[in-house]
Parts: sequence; C-alpha cells; structure tokens
Amino acid sequence: MAASKDKQSQRSIWVFGDYRNYFQNRVTLQLLSRATDLAGRIGARVCATVFGHEVDEYVGEYIAHGAHTVYVVDDSRIKDYNVDTYASLMVWLIRQHNPEIVLVGATTFGREFAPKVAKLLATGLTADCVGLDIDEEGLLVQTAPAFGGNLLAEIVTPARRPQMATVRPGVYREIPHNYHATGEVLRLSLPQDLPRPRVRLVSAERQVQREQRLEEARIVVCGGRGMGSLKRFRNLAELARLMGGEVGATRPVVYANWAGQDALVGQAGRHIKPQVLLAFGISGAIQHTAAITGADFIIAVNKNPGATMMKLADVAVVADANQTCLALIKELKKHLRG
Amino acid sequence: MNLVVCIKQVPAVSELPWDPQSGTLKRNLAEGMMNPACRHALEAALRLKEIHGGYITAISMGPPAAAEILHEALALGADKAVLLSDPKLAGGDTLATSYTLGRAIYKLCPDFDLVLCGCHTSDSETAQVGPQLCVELDIPGVANVEHLQVRGRTLIMRRLADNFLETLEMDLPGLVTVTTKQYLPRYASLGGLNEAFQSSEVRTLTAADLDLDGDKVGVAGSATRIRAVYAPQAAKENVVLKGAVKDIVEELFNRFGDRIAGAIGKDLNGRQ
Ligand SMILES: Cc1cc2nc3c(=O)[nH]c(=O)nc-3n(C[C@H](O)[C@H](O)[C@H](O)COP(=O)(O)OP(=O)(O)OC[C@H]3O[C@@H](n4cnc5c(N)ncnc54)[C@H](O)[C@@H]3O)c2cc1C
Ligand SMILES: Nc1ncnc2c1ncn2[C@@H]1O[C@H](COP(=O)(O)O)[C@@H](O)[C@H]1O
Repeated sequence: MAASKDKQSQRSIWVFGDYRNYFQNRVTLQLLSRATDLAGRIGARVCATVFGHEVDEYVGEYIAHGAHTVYVVDDSRIKDYNVDTYASLMVWLIRQHNPEIVLVGATTFGREFAPKVAKLLATGLTADCVGLDIDEEGLLVQTAPAFGGNLLAEIVTPARRPQMATVRPGVYREIPHNYHATGEVLRLSLPQDLPRPRVRLVSAERQVQREQRLEEARIVVCGGRGMGSLKRFRNLAELARLMGGEVGATRPVVYANWAGQDALVGQAGRHIKPQVLLAFGISGAIQHTAAITGADFIIAVNKNPGATMMKLADVAVVADANQTCLALIKELKKHLRG
Repeated sequence: MNLVVCIKQVPAVSELPWDPQSGTLKRNLAEGMMNPACRHALEAALRLKEIHGGYITAISMGPPAAAEILHEALALGADKAVLLSDPKLAGGDTLATSYTLGRAIYKLCPDFDLVLCGCHTSDSETAQVGPQLCVELDIPGVANVEHLQVRGRTLIMRRLADNFLETLEMDLPGLVTVTTKQYLPRYASLGGLNEAFQSSEVRTLTAADLDLDGDKVGVAGSATRIRAVYAPQAAKENVVLKGAVKDIVEELFNRFGDRIAGAIGKDLNGRQ
C-alpha cells in the first residue's frame, strides 16, 4: 500500500529533534524508536526535524536510530534554542506536510515548545505521556498521569491533526545505532518571514553540579523519618553506593539535617523515576509520593503495614528500616563478591 | 504595574472521585485549594506590586466553589477577583482554557503589563495553559521562571531549563509561568481570611458576559477527549514480606533478584 502512494500523500509520524544535552537527553532517540513501532501499524513514515546551526551530527544520528526522513534547517541565526523561533519553524513545516502524529520529548524546552505549536495549529496536545499506542481505528492513544500520578488518563485527539504528545524521557528504549541505515535529508533554508523572537537570551550557563543525578538514577534509596537518626540514615548511603544508586529523602529528614536539601524528593523537591526505588521508614504523604510515580518497582520498608507507602509498593517489607538496610548491605556484599 | 494572575482551584485530597462515563472529575465532590504553583505566581505578583506599585487582578475559571480561592487571593493582597463560571466552560482542555482565559483578560484588563500563571497544576499537570495563553494573547512569554525583575518596560527572568541556568528578557506586556522553587507564598491570617470572605467581592462572569465563541469553549472547544481514567497502582501485586529480617532479605533476593540486578546492571549471582 505504502509503495503505491507518493511520498507527499503517505502518512507520517514526526519526532522533534531535541538534541540539547545530547548525551544525557536520549528522549528523541527513544521517541524515534516508539514512532518506528507505531508507524509500522498505520503504514506511516518516520520523520525527524533538526533546527539549529552545524547540526549534521544529529541528522546522522536520527537516521541511524530509525528516521526515514530528516527535515533540517541549519542557519547561524537559529543556533540558540529559542521556543518561539523553533515553534514557528515547526508550524511552518507541519502545515506543508500534514503529519498524522507529532511527538516531542517532555524536556523543559519541549513542554514549553509543544503547547505553542499545538495552539498555533489549534490541535490537541497531551502532556508528559508515559504511554503511546494505536487503537483499532488508527487513533493515537496517549496515556498521561494526572493527580500526581495517582491516576492515569487515556487521551485521544479524534478529529484534529496532527495528534500531538510530549513524552516523558525514559519511557521507551532507543533502537541500537544502525550504521547502515539510510534516510532522506531535506535541507531547507530559513524562511524570510519568520517572526523575530520576542524573548531574548541574555546568558545560558550549563549547570555542572549533581542537578540531574537523582532524577536520572536507576536506583534510588530513599529514607524517611522512620530511619530514626543521622547515624542510621548514613547506612542508606552505603546501601546506595553498593547498588550504584542515589540517596533521596523526605522533608522531615531534610529538616533534621540528616540529608541536604538537594536530596529532597517530593512536590517541593525532585521528581524521580528509578527502575528500583527502596523506601525506608516513609509514610507516603502525597507531597512525597507525587514525585515517585515514575518508579517502576518499589520496595517499601516500614514497621507499620498500613502505611500508604506500603500500599503503593510492589514489595512491602514489614520490619525495622535500619535493620533491613543493614541486612541488605550484608546480603549485597555477598552477592557482589567475586 | 497592571498585573493579572491566573489561579486554579484543585482538589486537596489525594483520593479522587471521577466520573467513569465522561472521564472527567466530579470536582464538586472534592474539597478544593489554590493550586500550589498558582500560589507562587500570586506571591510573585504581590512582590512586584510591593516594589513597583500597581494593581492585581486574579482570574479563575471553575465551578462556583472556586470563588473560595479568589476570596483568599483578595485576602492576600489582590485588588480584584473574577470568576469565570458557566456550565458551557466545563470540561475544556488547554486549548479551550487558554482561549477562555485570554478572552477574559482582553475584556477585563486590556492594558495589562504582565500575566502570571503557575508552572503547572497538581490535578491536570499539563503545564500547557501558560504557553498557550501567550499564543492566544499574542505576547511574549517564558515558562518555569524562578526570578523576575522589572527594568522600565523590560522584564528580566531567570530560570533553570534542561541543565541550563538561563537569563532571559522580554518587553512588556508579557506572560510568565512561575515555579514553586522561589517566591515562598505568604499565608493570610485567619482574621484576614474571615474578613475577606465576608466583605470582599468576587465578580462572576458567564460565557455570554465574555462574548465567547461557543465552538471554542468547554468540551465542544476541546481537541482532546479523555477515554479512560484509572488508578495505576491497582495493577501492582503488592507482595507483603514479614518475619525475621534475615529471612525477608533472603526472600527478597530470591524472588526479585533479577529486578534488582537489572537496575544495578550487574549479575548478582556471584554467590558461592
Ligand atoms: C506544602 C507542603 C509541601 C511538602 N513537600 C514535601 C516534599 O517535597 N517531600 C516530602 O517528602 N514531604 C513534603 N511535605 C511533607 C509531607 O507532607 C510529609 O510530612 C512527609 O513526606 C513525611 O515524611 P516521612 O514519611 O519521612 O515521615 P512520617 O510521615 O513521620 O513517617 C515516618 C514513617 O516511618 C515509619 N517508621 C517509624 N519508625 C520506623 C522504624 N523503626 N522502622 C521502619 N519504619 C518506621 C512510620 O510507621 C511512618 O510510616 C510537604 C508538606 C507540605 C504541607
Ligand atoms: N481553570 C483555570 N483558571 C485559571 N487559571 C488556570 C486554569 N487552568 C490553568 N490555569 C493557569 O495555568 C497554569 C498551568 O495549568 P496547567 O496547564 O493545567 O498545568 C495554572 O497554574 C494557572 O495559572
């Protein structure tokens, strides 16, 4: 079917090329992978966009990771990431090619950029999706968290096009780099009538500190008031070290100075999405649990089996938090030996 | 300065009743509070007013009960409060919400200098209304702002975006969405709150008062549809382990060792 149609009329799924922080930010590659799966089901091509200056390396990367076509606008005037300029370019391209679906990584940039694109096109957009699928009618089913992740909503855009979603990083796995992949590269010159950006970048400084370490950690060992003392809380650091993870804390722990402010997990602190979360002596207040909804597998340790945290867990361990931590350290050392 | 703050009432409880038929929340059943990020946006506006003088209009779209948070905004120092409430407006997505708020702002305070929104709400969590309201009003805007400074007709903003500490500027009028990192909100005294509830006035406007295009508001004006809402936790197995700590830990490794090893990225079978 696809072969009989010419390229202009074939359906396409687009992924916005968000290449800033390339090594940490793999969301574009993850989306290309998901787009490839979805495209197979609706007979669509996968396209990526790259806006910026001297961006050829990303064009190659996107093709190696599944893009059939890459639309490139390479110009020194758009070398800095700019929400409004990139949104105007995206709208300009979408109006010409009418993709079925447009996916954007839910980075800080993506979550400001995508709403503007959707509004300019008067189409629907679902925020921070944790799942994308195609239903029997060929509609994109977008699963998004609500109420601090206590609920998941399935959202569709029935009539308007494109169907747009921002997607949380880490949900999908990228396709391995394929050096033999080939794709079509369409280079476009910057449109003359592009509106001048009204927001000016005065300075941008890369933060090199531990900023994202907790957010990106695959294992987080999180402790609450139930750890009982600073001395005991420190055992969590040893456990985290053995597991190659990071330590998080609840607010009472930070207030007690058992941990620094930058370890705070919750509404007032960091949002985490580890593959495994170990929660020691944490009651499970909504201000805390709202930020752990991205955790795949939760092991909670609490003396009180009725604690909310225990209900949210995959494994609820009814025991003393510190004793359990020490026993885990001992067991892990055995397992990791040799 | 002529400041507009958009505030939304969100449910204060974590257990939420939703209507499985329409897939929308039965908001009338949940006790409400001012969305935390909106509170920070209001605080930022109050501080700008303290420095530069001015007038703050608080606007909220929601059911009649949302008047509560507007009374609270007045108690905290807002000068005028307007509730956009109409069954026609209910169930709108961000496209419809940004249209409605935008039209209300044009109608009520066409000479605004700055619109402040929260960075996101705790219920729908889209963080889309602010950026879309910029487009609706055709003004420059910046999301996730942590610090604001006004110099003449220029607004200087600081924010953290994807590991970059950015300083940005734009000419007013403009829009910002404010994070919860700075601008620690003040709280109204109980006396002040009581007084505000008794004496302050919240103006309520309907879709007709605002000359809204019926095709652009509420469910009719929304591009998206909610198909299903469910609690993800329900899918969890919730295995309970108890007894002697040593046995628990052993069982944990026996049953879930693969899961843990996968995350660590090491083989855990080095055991002799
Ligand atoms: C506006 C606002 C924002 C907030 N933001 C955050 C935030 O960002 N992050 C955050 O974490 N909190 C936040 N909070 C606080 C939050 O409401 C809770 O108070 C906090 O998360 C509770 O921390 P906890 O679980 O460590 O302590 P507790 O609620 O005191 O729970 C301790 C738990 O440990 C268990 N326990 C006690 N002894 C032992 C033992 N020996 N062995 C095993 N278990 C034991 C208890 O059974 C209990 O379940 C916020 C609150 C407000 C009002
Ligand atoms: N119904 C509403 N009434 C007033 N302001 C709103 C409403 N919905 C969203 N907002 C504003 O938009 C911000 C972001 O909301 P959201 O896009 O829903 O996460 C909020 O913090 C408010 O400032």
